[in-house]
Amino acid sequence: MDLSTEYLGLPLKSPLVISSSPLAKDVDKVRQIEDAGAGAVVLHSLFEEQILIEEKQLNENLLQGTESFAEALNYFPELTRFHHGPEGYLAHISDIRSAVDIPVIASLNGISVGGWIDYARQIEAAGADALELNLYFIPTDPAVMGTQVEHMYTVLVKEITAKIKIPVAVKLSPYFSATANMLRRIDQAGAKGLVLFNRFYQPDFDLDRLEVNPRIVLSSSDELTLRLRWTAILSGQVHCDIAVTGGVHTSDDVIKTILAGARVAMMTSAVLKHGIPYIGDILSGVEAWMEKKGYSSVQDMRGILSMKKIAEPAAYVRSNYMKVLGSY
Amino acid sequence: MSRPCVTIDGNEAAAYTAFRTNEVIAIYPITPSSPMGEHSDAWAVEGLKNIWGTVPQVTEMQAEGGAAGAVHGALQGGALTTTFTASQGLLLMIPNMFKIAGELTSTVFHVSARSVATHALSIFCDHSDVMAARSTGFAFLASNTIQEVMDFALIAQAATLASRVPFVHFFDGFRTSHEVSKVEQISEDDMRALIDNELVRAHRLRCLSSDHPVIRGTAQNPDVFFQARETVNPYYEACPDLVQKAMDQFGKVVGRSYHLFDYVGAKDAEHVIVLMGSGADTAEETVQYLQKKGEKVGLLKVRLYRPFSIRHFIETLPPTVRNISVLDRTKEPGAAGEPLYQDIVTALAEAKAGGISSFSNEPKVTGGRYGLSSKEFTPAMVKGVFDNMKQSSARNHYTVGILDDVSNTSLEYDPSFVVEPDNRTRAVFYGLGSDGTVSANKNSIKIIGEETENSAQGYFVYDSKKAGSVTVSHLRFGPDPIHSPYLISKANFVACHQFSFLEKYDMLKVAEDGATFLLNSIYSADSVWDHLPKMVQQQIIDKKLKFYVIDAYKLANEVGLGVRINTIMQTCFFAISNVLPKDQAIDLIKTFTKKTYGKRGESVIQMNFKAIDMAVDHLVQVQVPAAATSSIPMRSPVPDEAPDYVKKVTGEIVAGRGDDLPVSAFAPDGTFPSATTQWEKRNIALEVPVWESDICIQCGKCVFVCPHAVIRSKVYDASLLDKAPETFKSVDAKWKQFEGKKFTLQISAEDCTGCGVCVSNCPAKSKTEPDKKAINMSALDPIREKERANWKFFQTLPYGNRKELKLNLVKDVQLLQPLFEFSGACAGCGETAYIKLLSQLFGDRAVIANATGCSSIYGGNLPTTPYAQTPEGRGPAWSNSLFEDNAEFGMGMRLALDKQIEYAGELVRRLSASVGQDLADALLNADQTTDEGIETQRERVVQLKKKLEAVKSDEARELQSLADVLVSKNVWIVGGDGWAYDIGYGGLDHVIASGRNVNILVLDTEVYSNTGGQASKATPRGATAKFAMGGKPVPKKDLAMMAISYGNVYVARVALGANDAQTLKAFREAEAYNGPSLILAYSHCIAHGYDLVKGLSQQKLAVESGYWPLIRYNPDLLGENKNPLTLDSKAPAIPLKDYVYNETRYSMLTKTRPEAAAQLLKDAQEDVRKRWRAYAHLAEMPVNDK
Repeated sequence: MDLSTEYLGLPLKSPLVISSSPLAKDVDKVRQIEDAGAGAVVLHSLFEEQILIEEKQLNENLLQGTESFAEALNYFPELTRFHHGPEGYLAHISDIRSAVDIPVIASLNGISVGGWIDYARQIEAAGADALELNLYFIPTDPAVMGTQVEHMYTVLVKEITAKIKIPVAVKLSPYFSATANMLRRIDQAGAKGLVLFNRFYQPDFDLDRLEVNPRIVLSSSDELTLRLRWTAILSGQVHCDIAVTGGVHTSDDVIKTILAGARVAMMTSAVLKHGIPYIGDILSGVEAWMEKKGYSSVQDMRGILSMKKIAEPAAYVRSNYMKVLGSY
Repeated sequence: MSRPCVTIDGNEAAAYTAFRTNEVIAIYPITPSSPMGEHSDAWAVEGLKNIWGTVPQVTEMQAEGGAAGAVHGALQGGALTTTFTASQGLLLMIPNMFKIAGELTSTVFHVSARSVATHALSIFCDHSDVMAARSTGFAFLASNTIQEVMDFALIAQAATLASRVPFVHFFDGFRTSHEVSKVEQISEDDMRALIDNELVRAHRLRCLSSDHPVIRGTAQNPDVFFQARETVNPYYEACPDLVQKAMDQFGKVVGRSYHLFDYVGAKDAEHVIVLMGSGADTAEETVQYLQKKGEKVGLLKVRLYRPFSIRHFIETLPPTVRNISVLDRTKEPGAAGEPLYQDIVTALAEAKAGGISSFSNEPKVTGGRYGLSSKEFTPAMVKGVFDNMKQSSARNHYTVGILDDVSNTSLEYDPSFVVEPDNRTRAVFYGLGSDGTVSANKNSIKIIGEETENSAQGYFVYDSKKAGSVTVSHLRFGPDPIHSPYLISKANFVACHQFSFLEKYDMLKVAEDGATFLLNSIYSADSVWDHLPKMVQQQIIDKKLKFYVIDAYKLANEVGLGVRINTIMQTCFFAISNVLPKDQAIDLIKTFTKKTYGKRGESVIQMNFKAIDMAVDHLVQVQVPAAATSSIPMRSPVPDEAPDYVKKVTGEIVAGRGDDLPVSAFAPDGTFPSATTQWEKRNIALEVPVWESDICIQCGKCVFVCPHAVIRSKVYDASLLDKAPETFKSVDAKWKQFEGKKFTLQISAEDCTGCGVCVSNCPAKSKTEPDKKAINMSALDPIREKERANWKFFQTLPYGNRKELKLNLVKDVQLLQPLFEFSGACAGCGETAYIKLLSQLFGDRAVIANATGCSSIYGGNLPTTPYAQTPEGRGPAWSNSLFEDNAEFGMGMRLALDKQIEYAGELVRRLSASVGQDLADALLNADQTTDEGIETQRERVVQLKKKLEAVKSDEARELQSLADVLVSKNVWIVGGDGWAYDIGYGGLDHVIASGRNVNILVLDTEVYSNTGGQASKATPRGATAKFAMGGKPVPKKDLAMMAISYGNVYVARVALGANDAQTLKAFREAEAYNGPSLILAYSHCIAHGYDLVKGLSQQKLAVESGYWPLIRYNPDLLGENKNPLTLDSKAPAIPLKDYVYNETRYSMLTKTRPEAAAQLLKDAQEDVRKRWRAYAHLAEMPVNDK
């Protein structure tokens, strides 16, 4: 059974990719992920905002109370060097790169054009095989128009893909007026992959303290359908590869993403829940299904249920909605 | 050979040489010498090597006595060894110094000279410490300037190896140790040229080694000790010549020439001053000035004070000298004269007797004291000394620089006499500690010192308060070398970085005519004039000042720098002072900004660059009107209603005029009135808490946690509200026992530091606006006047009556008057709330022994002190003895009380017939375990005193003088972890083992906070501190468990932010326990590196993570057949990292040594687990386990 696939021009031994998660912070765990059969690994995100906040906070904390009182002109030893955010992350890329053979995809979340480009270059230099841009932006300002957000995204992708040589995938949210158009523009801007879709931290309320607590919960298979729809719609309509992330929990989920046209299925929550060996179980399940259905390679089954391939493309548009309603 | 010029301070200069010429460095932090050890530690961690290519071992000890012992041991081990210290630290080293010298062991101790504590502690400079050590047998070499510090450190090292006599190399604390100046840096090759490796090997060969064993440190008897002691004489006789030889060699190699005594001035001088230390530089500048005016004056600088070479001294003085005045920077009460004076008198007499005197007429010698505790020593004073000695009736044993109206010792001088050249920039900057003014000025000195041909000098005057502290920077730049180690009195540039200072300080007094005045102002150039006090306007007009303004806070906020306006104001200084061409200056500011902040990250650099670029554009010159129009007066330092003493003395110190107070203003024994912080309204907060009475649940938590005692609550009769100001808030009290009464939560806005701890700890929220609490921060300015009136009225309301309160409840305790208020501690301090609680519960019966450290500084640093009094005039009596002896000091207080109680009891018995048997019995058998019982006993004592008045016997007088001790008193021994865990541990251990009834409160910040964050044995594993740069590798000492092991010590570990009720319980139990009690109080601290508004949350996390288990060990419970150990917190519920990584002391290691940080975190987590298991096991043990 041939599970191999290609994503962002990189050969992968299986279509299951472990997406951005704390698992990738540990080199040993990444080795185990590789051994369990994952095709690639996406590292946790480098957050420019976090780096800037940490730099600012460290500076403020080290300066607090200094040069104010004759006996204590400072409160910390004068250290000659600090490893700020990117340094640790970049070193981690190198460590992972030399520890495993599967492609290592770095993830970046910037806040300034300069920051995005600068960090992208550094990530490339550190040895990442590809870069996933994590476009994680919530336009809370009512004055900001959708076109502005779209423009900002496309310009950013153009800028970055022009500046680095490794392939760039773009992970973004489904919240666009014309999602297909937006994704195609990202494709045209130079992305080699689309990662569908981001899951945001959601606000929750602490009823005892009357406070808002942002939190993120592990995904469930229910979230997959949204991804399947847009994968199926876009498959064959964009040049770049499609990866599905969010809601991939079972072998069936992996199979569905491939049938919809995705190159890879990305998984995190299920692995966090069941452990790294679960990767092997998933892949065995995929193989069993392929065997049962008579597919010898992933390549053969990719996109066969995409909008372009099926007889009734309306299934992905309004009639689908009507059909589901009718089923109740 | 050209050598680089560096701009450094004296401490760095000393450490630079000492580090490179030693193998072992054993130190202990003490101001102002601490930075020498800190530099050495940092260099060792970086791997910097000495001149033999190996990294010296740097070790922090538990005390200076320990450091000296370690030095002695390392020297006996054959290693080149040094230490750095000052003041009490040097005194603690004296026993070992006698040993080291007695054994003729080569070493150099580098000492930044500092006053020894007498009637008061002082961190500032005089020579009382080095003079106290002069009989040890060490040689003493004095450096007068920062250049000399670097040079003499090397000369001393060379000379000690050659002579075998150990050296104290000293220089003036702060004035030299902290002055930043441009010096030529000697090279390692220079050091190699001076240090003879054969002598190093000889030193090593004299070591104790089992391969060539000898015995030292024998005990000797009357038969031989004396003779053996005299064996060293030839070494001391040879020493001066060997020092001169080293100086000559130094001159040959480096080009700077020094002598045992250096003379400057007229060759035919008739009047000569003799002195040593930085004052000599001032005298030299003055002598040169006077010499140019034709005066026959001179100065003899003493370099090698011990061994004192009479021959060299006599040879250095011009034979024409008729008058010599010797200036000592120390005081030896009762002596025939101060030490240097006595040496000079002896030298002249011996020279005459020995026939080596070369004078045409024997000079007349006078002596005087100057500069104690860094008192200014100026050219005007030098001239005053010359003027005195020229008179036929010249005064001897005089003082100069003060007004002594008690003993009339002081010399008169003309303070307007100045000698500074015109070609110098003399700039004075007034800033706040938190705004970065000093950092910016240090940067400016480096820019000018290192990037131009100019000389540069900077000296910084700091506040005695830690919160809202004022800094004054004195900067000099000029083409010629600067020898002016005194504050600037005529400035051509004055900057005020805080607008509010204008009405507090007469800062333009120092501005000379035509000077430039730069003001950070929220008001524009068009409107600022109307906001200036009248006096300032008049000064600007009269002195024809060029006046500039900039709104630096606005700019700093815009670029993300918050309140740090340093780079903006620095840029403005360069833009208008013409020290450098503007563009060059801006380029250099940026270069140095990058050097300073580069390691903190690119974003930090960019913020500063932006500030620099914007500063010039926003700087505007003000068109000065022709007349002063303002009606704004200068603020009085204390209000009119303050007591006379506060107005006449305290107020003058507050206003910065303490130098002008005469000797008669002070008590001769160091006694001051307490309760004086209430008069110093500092107005340092930008925002203060405002009470929302309808949201408040009256829980008292804000009052409980306020570190500065500015939030108070009272319950009172509604009738008292008749005269309340309009804006005074009042609601119904929510106490069952106070039904019908009113409640007010009042903030003393003018005393608030704006720390916000109260707001963050308030549990009550508005039901409609959840962000709004029962107290919220609000800008001070708009409400200041109203709140001043409200506070004044609030003070007329009564505090809670102990008899009506349940003092086991936080809510009730907060109605008690705090007898510790408005201290100068850091905003949000984690220690002071505990002291405040102590004062509320027991303050009216407390005597407090306070170890030196933060708590002694905010507790007893002038001008105003925070321990307060009840309306009846009772309150804590407080004293600070030393750092190392506090437990013993407190125990002494207990011993005195116990003896007096015993004696008073005996007298009551003896006088029972006279005072009445019933009263006598009641007095002797009184139950004073409750507040009611104490109150009743107080009444009995009043009766007793009354009855005694009628009794005519000496015993009655005796009892009258002792009667007050019959009311139960409590002794509190308060200090930080540096004292309790390290330097004072031996004493603390002895005191808790004594069984005496003392209460020990350890304010555990887990680091030496007061001296700037050095590691103590309380520092936890994984935390970064000075001397633990790589993260402390071993766990914190479990002092609680050590004390518990005695079995008869009450022990509690508390954290106010985690469980205030447990804290309250522990304090009450500790006081009630009739034996030694020890409370370890978690105290968040500025040295932990986070915004202290989160201090109490961090305390909670410390407890939840199991890092700081709350415990109480009460031996009294054994009597009830109960387990004495109670665990008051739950098993660890969150990982340690969720607590520790909110603090820079831990998180910075993840940025410097991530792998080590990860390992240390793992180990620390394991420490937590193990300790919890041990505690839980003990707490669960059955009491009668057979």
